Amino acid sequence: MLQCTNILKRLISILITASICCNVHAQTAIADMAFIEGGIYTPLYGNDSVPVQVKPFYMDIAPVTNQQFLEFVEQYPKWQRDNTKRLFADEMYLSHWKNNTELGNNAPSNAPVTHVSWFAAKAYCECQQKTLPSIDEWEIVAMAGADKKDARKEENYNQRILDWYEKPSSFPPKEVKSTFKNYWGVYDLNSLIWEWTYDFNSVLISGESRKDGAVDRNLFCSAGAVGATDLMNYAAFLRYAFRGSLKANYNIKNLGFRCVKRIPLKK
Amino acid sequence: MRYKYFLQLLTFIGCSMLFSACEPQELQQKTLETSTQTVEEELPDLSIFHLPSKWATQSNDTIELVDLRGKVTVLALIFTSCQYACPRLVADMKGIEEEVAANKRSETNFVLVSIDPENDTPEVLHQFAEEKELDLSHWTLLQGTPDSVLELAVTLGVKYRKVSAIDFSHSNIISVFEPNGELVFQQDGFGADNTDIVGHINELLKK
Repeated sequence: MLQCTNILKRLISILITASICCNVHAQTAIADMAFIEGGIYTPLYGNDSVPVQVKPFYMDIAPVTNQQFLEFVEQYPKWQRDNTKRLFADEMYLSHWKNNTELGNNAPSNAPVTHVSWFAAKAYCECQQKTLPSIDEWEIVAMAGADKKDARKEENYNQRILDWYEKPSSFPPKEVKSTFKNYWGVYDLNSLIWEWTYDFNSVLISGESRKDGAVDRNLFCSAGAVGATDLMNYAAFLRYAFRGSLKANYNIKNLGFRCVKRIPLKK
Repeated sequence: MRYKYFLQLLTFIGCSMLFSACEPQELQQKTLETSTQTVEEELPDLSIFHLPSKWATQSNDTIELVDLRGKVTVLALIFTSCQYACPRLVADMKGIEEEVAANKRSETNFVLVSIDPENDTPEVLHQFAEEKELDLSHWTLLQGTPDSVLELAVTLGVKYRKVSAIDFSHSNIISVFEPNGELVFQQDGFGADNTDIVGHINELLKK
């Protein structure tokens, strides 16, 4: 009986924690997100770089922080460092944290969480009733300048990104919202960390896919055409190459994520 | 006493909220018979059988990947409306099948997973199997969801991208798994020399 009561107490406390968390998330879900109109843009990949239609959605204005991810693993212990199957996250997963449930000095609470795998990032977003952004969603937001939806043709836009690419990454990264804020009110894109996308494996650029004839020849053709006047593609090409080199259980020190929320279709 | 019932009710509601909101697949998994759970605990960390998704076969049966456990598995991702690469990929798989000793084929799963779950229904997969003369006693064709296919593909490092409503670009990888679902070998590109991959399969079948 005593045991039963204890179990009940534990369950109640889980329940209370869960309901508090859920309420917090429900209230802040949109508050910490920016509405993105969507639209049509031309991505960089392969010979079929035809314009793509992106539907409107909400995007987190900042990458997910260590503190936010800590709250997630406290609620879902199977995503704690020592409990996660290596299939879903290799041994570098959250390796800069002090332990399963403490951040420690290398993981400032307001810095973006890194050393996080695609599976873990995806699970986090799903638990907030969100999802990882597709490459197209991420790129359409990232192409905005300070006061323009598409600033890709502006010289200082490209220079800003290339400057960041050139800079050796510092660790731990600076706090979120400490770098560039764009037209949509979204921070830190192309200026703080690299970020996971849902369909990162749709970049057919590395290893085995090189043998896949047409696709890669075309991708490399476009890369071959990159000249001094075409820095816009050069910066994008670096991002696509990086994504193409990733595996889903990798955990990298300057790779984090943010989530998006799709808008349900009206019936 | 009434308080206790109230607490129990709260607990029940709380738990169902907790799981249904976040991990519907897991809840389903937890309701399965305990034998699956005990099996799961023994699996190696890197086993693809940890992927929790459910799949429809060409015979419209629902399976989990862990149901492939116990046999050597040879697996490729294809789509049936594919004109160019997939026929060759399937031909390569059949070539491998032929090189596995006839009496060992029943100890091997040959699995084709569709990257086009919208079009490749169990019926379409069944017809495809007939056209390709696949022996369904050891071949399995699987339809998942866009999300479960993606999870499997990224686990295996297989890349694909939808080019149009009926066309995909994709890597041509054949993967070999030992009976507990751990990846042992991958062959890249079609028309490859099968010596290595068949060697690995036969080695596993000896055990």
